[in-house]
Amino acid sequence: MSAARRCRPPWALAGLFVWRLGNTGVRQVPCRCVHLYHAANDRLITFQYFNFLKRMYVTRCNKDLSQRAKPKSDSIVSPFHELQQLDQEKKVVHKISPVSPVHQSWSETSSRNELREMKSAAEDSVIPVGAESKEDRRWKEMKLQLDDLPGILARLSKIKLTALVISTASAGFAMAPVPFELTCFLLASLGTGLASCAANSINQFFEVPFDSNMNRTKNRPLVRGQISPLLAVCFAASCGIPGIALLTLGVNPLTGALGAFNIFLYTCCYTPLKRMSIANTWVGAVVGAIPPVMGWTAATGSLDAGALLLGGILYSWQFPHFNALSWGLREDYSRGGYCMMSVTHPGLCRRVALRHCLALIGLSTVAPILDITTWTFPIISLPINLYISYLGFRFYRDANRSSSRKLFFCSLWHLPMLLLVMFTCKKSVLEKEDKGDLPGGGHEMAMETRLP
Amino acid sequence: PPAHSHSDWIGPPDKHSNLRPIIFYVPPEESALERRLREARQEAQASNQRFWARHNRAFRQEKEEFIYSRLKAKGLEMRDESGQKATLNAEEMADFYKDFLSKNFKKHLQYNRDWYKRNFRITFLMGQVALVRALKWLRWRKKNVEQ
Repeated sequence: MSAARRCRPPWALAGLFVWRLGNTGVRQVPCRCVHLYHAANDRLITFQYFNFLKRMYVTRCNKDLSQRAKPKSDSIVSPFHELQQLDQEKKVVHKISPVSPVHQSWSETSSRNELREMKSAAEDSVIPVGAESKEDRRWKEMKLQLDDLPGILARLSKIKLTALVISTASAGFAMAPVPFELTCFLLASLGTGLASCAANSINQFFEVPFDSNMNRTKNRPLVRGQISPLLAVCFAASCGIPGIALLTLGVNPLTGALGAFNIFLYTCCYTPLKRMSIANTWVGAVVGAIPPVMGWTAATGSLDAGALLLGGILYSWQFPHFNALSWGLREDYSRGGYCMMSVTHPGLCRRVALRHCLALIGLSTVAPILDITTWTFPIISLPINLYISYLGFRFYRDANRSSSRKLFFCSLWHLPMLLLVMFTCKKSVLEKEDKGDLPGGGHEMAMETRLP
Repeated sequence: PPAHSHSDWIGPPDKHSNLRPIIFYVPPEESALERRLREARQEAQASNQRFWARHNRAFRQEKEEFIYSRLKAKGLEMRDESGQKATLNAEEMADFYKDFLSKNFKKHLQYNRDWYKRNFRITFLMGQVALVRALKWLRWRKKNVEQ
């Protein structure tokens, strides 16, 4: 089934389920009567179980990976989850209707007994599936359910994306050439997380009618009326103000200022710009680049070249990631009125993606020059940087769905791996004195100096 | 929604506009402020519904027309032998998406401005209503405590 073909995520489990189900698909007419009943039961049970699993696991996984993409950026998060949602919905629709025709075809090849049993099994599984989509079709009371509140707020603040923002900020903190301080690290991470929650909530507050029209975002709390706009704004304020205060007073004013600036950039520049001009992608890339800079300034208290380099790496990474992603979402962007490069300037979209893939190689080479890492970093990171550049080139040349998907999936593992390699190649504070840099040993020494 | 309910009810997404309709509860002693809030929300809902229903319909229609004209140019019919609807691939549709977006750009700008204004106004009114209610509740509690 086409849905199975489209689901080719790197996380094997969900992919395996989808693929298996797709292949053993309900449309196929099994020829062996003996295995028919068992196979059918298995399939139906798997289908029912899978549906449940799918909604929990695949959605979460996809959200996870898609949000991994661009910290604090909404549109990047949208595309991928949307893809999966589309597939999911199509699958549900596909599955519910073919069950009845399958009955007829199966009756030809199976005995009466087996058919009766199958029918009841089929009905059993169809009903729960149908019920799930019926839930969405019901009228719901617009009263705040307190036990749902944590989940609602988590979705409002895009908690997984926030977690990723925090991790990029802590990467920035870890790369700073100062001895590690746990309290500072925790305060900085908490402050950044709160700021990110606030920014994401305001973003959702602004985009309610647009979110309802795009497949990925139509299950957000404000769209579904699970929370009132007033409460969303209050939540944003109650996260943002303490967050920024924590950063300014508990860490240093520079980090606080950067945090406040980032919130402003995301909510007041990026969000409205999404609907006005393609420049939003560049602004969004800056938004994603600031958290590691914040991590660095939290550790060192000043804006060094290292901070800017780290920010630059994340800035460049955003482009292949987002441009590849948005390539598959052109229809929804066009209908929703979002001005994205993939819709209006497709050539530019691909050029920029390739350009920044190559820039990543350049930036990785600059790192040892600025004394942030050893010279092993550009060497070790060269393979992955070359690979993503190669995929970027393929995307540039082919400009089709498969190359865009390949580039997107590559970007998902490329960033964490790059940051990890950077961390292991970090020039430790003590080692800086003697110029003898050890390739792997540097890692252990760096680790030791890092522990308080 | 049941008759005895004291809250608003939100329904499934509309077929054309994808927006969820809300049925507003009118309390018996609705203050002027609360009435203004409810009317603002109703108005926003109606306006959003109108815009998106029309917009989505136009999108679907223009998409059909585009597919039809392109297929005609290629010499194909709308439905092939097996009865399946013939579609164009993503690259061919890209021209349409670009066109549609630029055609509706001004419309979207206008709508954005409208929507932001309405959103802020509604949220501000909500804040006012919540504040008034909170003060009333505090006053009522003070009265109860004094008795």
